Amino acid sequence: MTEHILRMSGITKTFPGVKALQDVNLAVRRGEIHAICGENGAGKSTLMKVLSGVYPHGQYDGEITFEGRRCEFGGIRDSEHAGIVIIHQELALCPQLSIAENIYLGNERAARGVIDWNRTNYEAGELLKRVGLRENPTTTVSDIGVGKQQLVEIAKALSKEVKLLILDEPTAALNDEDSAHLLDLLRGLRDEGITCVIISHKLNEVIAIADSVTILRDGQTIETLDMAVDGVTEDRIISGMVGRALDNRFPPRTPAIGEEAFRIEDWTVYSPSQPGRKVVDGASLTLRRGEIVGLAGLMGAGRTELAMSVFGRTYGVHISGSIFKDGRPIEIRTVQDAIKHGVAYATEDRKRYGLNLIEDIKRNISAAWLKGLSRRGWVNEYEEYRVAQQFRASMNIKAPSVDSVVGKLSGGNQQKVVLSKWILTEPDVLILDEPTRGIDVGAKYEIYTIINRLAEQGKAVLVISSELPELLGLCDRIYTLSEGRVTGEVPREEATQERLMYFMTKGQE
Amino acid sequence: MSSITPADVEVGAKGGGGAPGRPGRVSLGGLSLNLRSSGIYIAFALIIVLFSVLTDGALLQPQNISNIIVQNSYILILAIGMILIIIAGHIDLSVGSVVAVTGGLSAVLMVNMGMPWPVALLITIAAGALIGAWQGYWIAYFGIPAFIVTLAGMLLFRALTLTVLGNQGIGPFPDQVRTLANGFTDGWLGNIGLGPLGGADLFSLLVGIVAIAGMVLAQWRSRSARKGYGQAVDPLALFVLKMAAGAALILFLVVQLARFKNLPWVLVLLAVLVLAYSLMANRTVFGRQVYAIGGNLHAAVMSGVKVKSVVFWIFVNMGVLSAIAGVIFAGRLNQAGPTAGNSFELDAIAAAFIGGAAVQGGVGKVVGAITGGLIMAVINNGMSLIGSPSERVMLVKGAVLLAAVAFDVWTKRRAGTAR
Repeated sequence: MTEHILRMSGITKTFPGVKALQDVNLAVRRGEIHAICGENGAGKSTLMKVLSGVYPHGQYDGEITFEGRRCEFGGIRDSEHAGIVIIHQELALCPQLSIAENIYLGNERAARGVIDWNRTNYEAGELLKRVGLRENPTTTVSDIGVGKQQLVEIAKALSKEVKLLILDEPTAALNDEDSAHLLDLLRGLRDEGITCVIISHKLNEVIAIADSVTILRDGQTIETLDMAVDGVTEDRIISGMVGRALDNRFPPRTPAIGEEAFRIEDWTVYSPSQPGRKVVDGASLTLRRGEIVGLAGLMGAGRTELAMSVFGRTYGVHISGSIFKDGRPIEIRTVQDAIKHGVAYATEDRKRYGLNLIEDIKRNISAAWLKGLSRRGWVNEYEEYRVAQQFRASMNIKAPSVDSVVGKLSGGNQQKVVLSKWILTEPDVLILDEPTRGIDVGAKYEIYTIINRLAEQGKAVLVISSELPELLGLCDRIYTLSEGRVTGEVPREEATQERLMYFMTKGQE
Repeated sequence: MSSITPADVEVGAKGGGGAPGRPGRVSLGGLSLNLRSSGIYIAFALIIVLFSVLTDGALLQPQNISNIIVQNSYILILAIGMILIIIAGHIDLSVGSVVAVTGGLSAVLMVNMGMPWPVALLITIAAGALIGAWQGYWIAYFGIPAFIVTLAGMLLFRALTLTVLGNQGIGPFPDQVRTLANGFTDGWLGNIGLGPLGGADLFSLLVGIVAIAGMVLAQWRSRSARKGYGQAVDPLALFVLKMAAGAALILFLVVQLARFKNLPWVLVLLAVLVLAYSLMANRTVFGRQVYAIGGNLHAAVMSGVKVKSVVFWIFVNMGVLSAIAGVIFAGRLNQAGPTAGNSFELDAIAAAFIGGAAVQGGVGKVVGAITGGLIMAVINNGMSLIGSPSERVMLVKGAVLLAAVAFDVWTKRRAGTAR
């Protein structure tokens, strides 16, 4: 019998009208890496919030036993005191403070209220060595990348004498290299005796790192699998998450590719924050009607920057290069120009750039096409409603009505609203930036179906994605971007993950 | 009296015909759903009832109603401009000073220079627009936070006021301007007897009836159109109830005013402004873009909203409305003074927030801001009627502002945890 460091049994948590967790059980063995998998809305984050005291004792039913003691946490402080530290998906660092200040925030190295800076910086330096981050502890956090910030979060957790470390989607924002480093670090921590619970959508990582995996679905525990014993595969986990075997993650499609629709040539963009740095360097791309083209690249390769600079110069300075639509040169200086020329861009960060979260579905869908729904400046609200209803049906947006506030929808449904908004502008060219980021497996399939439908209608689609299997499953042709330059163009037949990765890392020595 | 009956009969007939089905559940759901947005109107009604009782009915006497409207008209006009700015996620601290400087300018033009009043009024409004453009430029195109720009404006335009006025009050104003600010419509059609209520101005009553008919017709047409598009509408019984309540409110107001001295001109002006700006906010592309900017600035940019231009123009608009308020305020006092408009900005901002605007922007209604302004007006008026000292009035107004925003934050948090 192995010893369990944590046992959560019969956890039930209800919100008004919704049962988020129903009789959930979780048992984590000491010194293992335990993954929790489930679709969005399955209850993973809620479960972790119960564990860490965000929902204090009394707001849920069930029992938590940690290190053999029953726990009744009244808040995060209590759980941290017991040695449970949670690192959220959205990092909770203060960007203007130094690494050391962040590590000891709320836990200052001080004597009689006066901070001992030498000790702070020295001990922070030791922690940074432990997590393998070669940065000066006095460096400001906003000056280091997301991958390194994640390491700072872990260093912060280590400073609190953590026994159980919970990571919520730790690699969601990281490139492959940083992800690999992070996973190595977790293995190292496990060897030091720190137990980890990791929530992840990236099943290949789960397979690579976890010792056991618990699958949640609809607020209930489906099963806990031991990786060593059960011979777990990605498909095995997916079938547990969605409750059905998923034979094909991508809907079938027969491409019908036509004339050239959109071309950019020698596109160069400079960084607005670091003068003189080329973020996109002489990039040229061609999209054809009815074609789904992929754009692959590691974090920082300039994918989003390329897309946004094309889309009405919403990113970058000193932009040069030419754009052709249907073979004729066009100028896109503003977002209005882009919409006028039939170019749409669905952002990777829908909460920040894509949606007005406090507004309802219909007004979000109409936001980029008010001109088309209005006459002499007056919006035709009935037409707006009708159009929104149409999209709700055709895109299968799950909401009580088009008057529902967008902020309350799930990620997948929010993404469908973003897509509806841009499809309404009747574009010929759609640039979809990470169209399936942070949405669950079932909804991904629906998004893929929508993308296929757009291509069938003769539109040119450019899909930017960090998930290579997604690009391989979806695209007719894939461009690779590395350090702002187009380093490869691979047709579907020749595309493999290895080949793409080779081009994506080209010139990075 | 005879003109009122048809509306009554019609209302009754619809109510009789629309009862079947399951209106209870739907209307109940509708009512409970809208608690957050309708809370302000319920609160307003309760405050009126409270002060009616406390003042033994003096609050709702014809002359007092007229006073409340005339004494607060300029704040309400400012609140209309302010709510747009707050919806867009900005703030304007300078409106009090702009009221003073435009009032002063109009006095110089009309009194010192003897310019014809319509010309002077137009020049003053243009000056207001120019002031708005000045602030809008720094905020929208130069990128300085509105808080700073308008804080500077508060000082700048107060200084300009003192310069323009030479540090003294200027008056008296031409009669026409005083009438606009303080006077009443003429009794063109003479008086009519209303039985026990005494005589009342027929013209005012007719205006009221036309307003009611217009409201019912517009709402009915909108409802039919919605139904035509398969949209959910209030059940008929609830619709009739709402219309009846609205009609009763307008009728009561008009009858009381007609019994006193006809309609105040500023009420006519206010009604036109409220109607126009409500339509603008809800139904025009420009209005939608204001909400989009306040709701999520980045998303608005990425949706092709010309954010800078929209922000610029709402400040120009604020300048115009401030100029109108400035002339009305000066005309009412019959003098433009160096301290005019002191702390008006705070009243206008408070009206917007009491009226349901969100601190982060993106939320708010013109009618809400007007209601917020009226809540403060009624508190002011009611408390002075019962002889409360001014410090207590201030105390209550502060508490009401805090409570209103606390309620807003609380309902939002509840909605948040229910996710």
